[in-house]
Amino acid sequence: MSEFIRETELSQEALLEASMVERPEKNEPLGPLFWICVGWLALNIIGAIFANVLPVQSPLNQDYNFVNSAPSLHHIFGTDDLGRDIFARVVYGSRVSIAVGVGAMVIGFGIGAPLGMLAAYRRGRFDTFVTTVMYVLLAFPAIIAVIAVLSFWTPRSMFKIILVIGFASVPLVYRVIRTATLAIATKDYVIAAKVQGATDRRILMKELLPNIAPIGISFLLIGIATVVTLEGALAFLGLSVNPPTPSWGNMINESRTVLAENPWLVLFPSLALCLFLLCLNFIGDRMRSHYDVTEVKL
Amino acid sequence: MLKYVIRRLVMLIGIIFVISVGSFYLIHLLPGDPAAVILGTGDSPSNRLKLYKLLGLNKSIFDQYFIWISNIVRGNLGISFISQTSVASTIRAALPIDLEIMGLSQILAFALAIPLAMRSARKPDGLIDRLLGATSFTLLSIPPFIIIVLLVLFVSIKLGVPNIGVASYVSFGTNWIVNLESLALPAFTLAIGSFVVYYRVLRSDMIATLQEEFITMARSKGISQRRIMWRHAFRPSSVALLGAAGVNIGGLLAGGFVVQYLLAIPGLGYTLIAAINDSDYLLVQGIVLVVSVGVVLINFFFDFTINIVDPRISRE
Repeated sequence: MSEFIRETELSQEALLEASMVERPEKNEPLGPLFWICVGWLALNIIGAIFANVLPVQSPLNQDYNFVNSAPSLHHIFGTDDLGRDIFARVVYGSRVSIAVGVGAMVIGFGIGAPLGMLAAYRRGRFDTFVTTVMYVLLAFPAIIAVIAVLSFWTPRSMFKIILVIGFASVPLVYRVIRTATLAIATKDYVIAAKVQGATDRRILMKELLPNIAPIGISFLLIGIATVVTLEGALAFLGLSVNPPTPSWGNMINESRTVLAENPWLVLFPSLALCLFLLCLNFIGDRMRSHYDVTEVKL
Repeated sequence: MLKYVIRRLVMLIGIIFVISVGSFYLIHLLPGDPAAVILGTGDSPSNRLKLYKLLGLNKSIFDQYFIWISNIVRGNLGISFISQTSVASTIRAALPIDLEIMGLSQILAFALAIPLAMRSARKPDGLIDRLLGATSFTLLSIPPFIIIVLLVLFVSIKLGVPNIGVASYVSFGTNWIVNLESLALPAFTLAIGSFVVYYRVLRSDMIATLQEEFITMARSKGISQRRIMWRHAFRPSSVALLGAAGVNIGGLLAGGFVVQYLLAIPGLGYTLIAAINDSDYLLVQGIVLVVSVGVVLINFFFDFTINIVDPRISRE
């Protein structure tokens, strides 16, 4: 008994020590570029949500006086081969990318994250079983599977695209969250909480979740960037939302036939997509190095 | 080692089984009467009879799977009722083009990534390292379908370089020089994506390896920097690189689809998208099956290579 108490005390000491080591005054400042990226993403999201309230032209309106025109005061990004305003189509096109990126990751994290945490915390047979299943699924080339399912499961809609990519991302999310949880679940303060008789629910929510959150969020952002790229590729191949609904990917696809006459049609959606991805990747990367304790300790 | 190999083989068989079930089930995702959708414009009583015999559509789903899988094992992937050609021969004609593009892109990617990563790792946070870091990070955010469109726009249309634009593909047997020219843009586009991954992985691993004691030991013996980098540090650092290369294959294939689609190169990707647009579902199913199994086998091969490079892994 005395030994047990001594061990608990030691654990609590370790807990105190750990909290001092692991919560240093800010690791590395996030920097102005980080906030510029956050601002750009916010602007994109606001534009996507309020596109029909903002003073943006209709993305479907065809103006035959301006076909394949260069940027001008009237059409600041120029017009496409059907005389539609490219700026309006870029703004409306962001809706598809953002909805698919966020929607798919909500499904991926909604299923993968709790499973990963539970498996890493419980260990045992449950962990072995789920992990084996996930690794088998992970070996399946997800991109091929997504293309295959979308080509057979017709007619295609945004909802189906979100569902298919979302489920395809579950094994990946599971692996990241499980690995992150494993590293934390063996820490002294979790053991201390267990010894003090905390319920599993409390340990998962109060001890593990806050410590996994930064890694989870940074992976979430990079995951959204990956899904947006994938949706772009699908749209480019003609497997995403049907025209005339604009999306960045299908705008770039439509530009193929008029590349020589109208380079604006490929430049602006490409720029919008690349900046969006760059910001997501940058924020994700920054957050990971900002919160990563191990890297600082080295 | 033997135990490890057996365990991996069992896993491999399991994965291929799951893939076969998945590919088989695709047909049943079709809306309405699958026979009508698959036959499309080729819907005639005699074709319908052939299709029923091929897929066993009037039997139970388990029987259908066994009929399907026993055909596959014998190399019979069915015939396309739209183009009246056998799926297996279409795939055999297209596959070498994919392999050529992937091979070329990987040679380019490794040739760029390995020397640059070593250069970066020698002076982390130096000017060159920062420059390369920023460049690779930016490239990470440019999807292949944008790179290829911009390359076609600038190199083929604006500069007017011949033999590399849309629909300029010539087979290797016809004229190998023009063939290589026509695959230059696709190979380069795919190489960029792989380069970024390989560069970043190898750089961080090299930096970690260079801090190990055996490197200090080699330095104190007076071995030249060049020899230390290539002979002492490279091998232990290349495990993650090989792992990344294995994982990269799936993405590389999808990138290959995109460049083939744009440039009208008749590889598997182009054939697949054309088949989807023509509603040629048996061809789509065949390509999906072949490509998925191929990716899994390549991953398996990389796993083995990693074991040869670093025997510690199989003994974990």
